[in-house]
Amino acid sequence: MLSTRDIVSIALFAALTAALGLFPPITLPATGVPITAQSMGVMLAGALIGARRGGLALLLFAVLVAIGLPLLSGGRGGIGIYFGPTAGFVLSWPVAAFVTGWLFDKHRGQPHPALSALYLIIGGIGVVYVIGWTWLAVMNGWDVAKTMGYALPFIPGDLIKVALTVVIARGVRKAIPNL
Amino acid sequence: MFELYRPGDSFLHRMRPGAKLLALAGGGTAIFLLPGLPALGAVMLAVLMIYGATGLGLGAAWAQLRPVLIIFAVLFAAQVFISGWMTGAFFITRFATLLMLAGLLTLTTRVSDMVAALEHGLEWLRPLGLNPSKISLALALALRFIPVLAQITSEVREAQRVRGLDRSIIAIAIPVIVRTLRMSDAIADAIEARGYNPDRP
Amino acid sequence: MTSATAAISFDRVSHAFGDKPVLRDISLTLKEKRIAIVGANGSGKSTFARMINGLQLPDQGRVTVAGLDTAKDGKAVRQHVGFVFQNPDNQIVFPIVEEDIAFGMKNLGLKKPEIETKTAEMLARYGLEGHRTHPAHLLSGGQKQLLAISGVLVMAPEVIVFDEPTTLLDLRNKMRVAEAIEALDQTAIVVTHDLDLIAGFDRVIVFDDGRVLADDAPSPALARYVEAMTGV
Repeated sequence: MLSTRDIVSIALFAALTAALGLFPPITLPATGVPITAQSMGVMLAGALIGARRGGLALLLFAVLVAIGLPLLSGGRGGIGIYFGPTAGFVLSWPVAAFVTGWLFDKHRGQPHPALSALYLIIGGIGVVYVIGWTWLAVMNGWDVAKTMGYALPFIPGDLIKVALTVVIARGVRKAIPNL
Repeated sequence: MFELYRPGDSFLHRMRPGAKLLALAGGGTAIFLLPGLPALGAVMLAVLMIYGATGLGLGAAWAQLRPVLIIFAVLFAAQVFISGWMTGAFFITRFATLLMLAGLLTLTTRVSDMVAALEHGLEWLRPLGLNPSKISLALALALRFIPVLAQITSEVREAQRVRGLDRSIIAIAIPVIVRTLRMSDAIADAIEARGYNPDRP
Repeated sequence: MTSATAAISFDRVSHAFGDKPVLRDISLTLKEKRIAIVGANGSGKSTFARMINGLQLPDQGRVTVAGLDTAKDGKAVRQHVGFVFQNPDNQIVFPIVEEDIAFGMKNLGLKKPEIETKTAEMLARYGLEGHRTHPAHLLSGGQKQLLAISGVLVMAPEVIVFDEPTTLLDLRNKMRVAEAIEALDQTAIVVTHDLDLIAGFDRVIVFDDGRVLADDAPSPALARYVEAMTGV
C-alpha cells in the first residue's frame, strides 16, 4: 500500500521530470544528436526512489502529458504524443524507471559507481531502446532488428546521461544519506 | 494553469471529455486501418475542416506538427531510402493526421476537466484494489508542484550563474533534487495534519 | 466559531533524534489563548510544537489534547489541533486556491454546499475572493500563508499551532499574518523568532537545549531569553 509519503515522492518526481524538460537540450558535437535532460528524470527516479515509486512517478508523468500538459522537452504534450512515431519512448519510461529501481533496490545504500552505471544502462538505455525503437519500427512498417541499427548514433549521448546520473545520484545521497 | 487548451465554445469544447476520448480512439483506429494515400488525404482534409469549424484555425493544426517536423523529416528520409516515396508519404500523412486529430482533444479540453474525467473513470478500477483518492491526490500534487519545481530550478540556475555553472546539469540538478526531497517530508506532514487518511477507501 | 479551549498537556516528555536529545523531561499544561514558544535553533521548540498534533510522537512520556493521547488517537487529535507550517509552499497541496481550501473539509467528510459556503467565507475574510479559481503559485508569499491558514481554519480546530509563520515573509506580509493570528478566536500556539509578534501574548515559554528556560508573561520571559542568549 502507498503511504502519504510515497504519494508525495511519486508526485514530486513526476514534477521533477517535468522541470528537467525546461533545460535547453545540449547538442552532442559531431553527431548533432540533442541530449535532453528530461530522460535523466527516468534514471534518477529509479536510482533514488526505487522501483515502485519511481515507476509510478513516470507513469504519472505520462498521464500528465496525455491530459494536455506541455511537459515534454520543447513544450510538447497532449494525447497526440501517444499517436506519434516516438510514443514508445514516453511509454517506455515508467517501465525503465521500474526496472532501474528494481536493480537499485537490491542494494542497501548505493551500489558501486560502476555497478550503478551498469544498472542505468540496462534500465535507462536498454529498456527504453527496446520499447521505443520497436514501437518506431512497427509504426513505420520496418524490420525491428534493422531499425535497432539506426539507434546506434544515440548511444553516446545516452551514455553521457548515465555518467551524469551516477554523479548526481551520488551527490544527492551524500546530502541525504538516509534516503 | 499552464496548458495547451484554447478557450472557445464550439461543439468540441462543449462535448464531454470521455466522449471525446472515445471518438479519438475510434478515429485513431480508423486512420490506422485506412489502406491508401487518397483515403488518408480525405480524412486529413476532414480533420482540417474541423479545425476551421471549431474556430481553432489552421494555425493551430500546423502547431501540432511544428515540434515534430525534424522527426518527420528524418523518418520520411528513412522511409524513402527503405521503401520508396509513396510509402514515405503514406506514413508521414498518417502520423500527421493522427497528431492533428489528437490535437483536437487536447486543444478543446481543460486539464481540470480531463482530471475530473480521469477520476470518474478510475472509479471503475476500485474493485481491482486501486484507490482513486490516492491517484487524485498524486495528480493534484504533481499539478501543484510542477510550477514550484520550475521556480526552484530557475532560482538554483540564477544562483549558479554567479559561479558560471548555470549550464551545468550536475551543479543544478543536485541542489534541485535535494531541495525537492527535503520538501517531500514537510508536504506529507502537511497533508496528514489536514486529516488526510491514505487508508480510507 | 468555537472558542472552547482544549487543554494540552505534556507529561514527562523526552525525545531524541538518534543520540541527540531534543526534549528532556518536559511537563507543561497549555490552556492560555495566546502562547508563544521561543528559543534558539535546535532548542527543541519545533519538536515540541509538532508533538501537539501528533506529527511527532514522544519517545517517552505522554502528550494529551482534550484528554486524547496523541499516540493513540492521532486522528481525533488532529480534529482539535490545526497546524500551520513555516513554508506555505509545502502546505498548499492543491493547484487551485479553492481546491486547497476544500481539501481538509473533504477529509472531514463535509458535504459540497457546506464546503462551498465555508470556502467563500474564508476567502472573504482574507481578501482572497478574487483569487478563488487562480493557481496557488501565483499568490504572493503573504497571500500563500493566509491561504495555508484558511485551509486549516475551515476545519474548525480549537487550537492552531504555527511553526514560524512569518520567518519567510517580508515586513508587509509579516504584519498581515500577525494581524490574522491576532484576530483568531481559536487558541494559538506560535513558535517564532519574531519577538514583535508575541508582545501581547498571554504566555511565553522559552526553550533552551531541550529544557524550559523560562515560562512567564512576555516581558519577563523575553528578558530572561535575551539574558541567556547574550550572556548579559
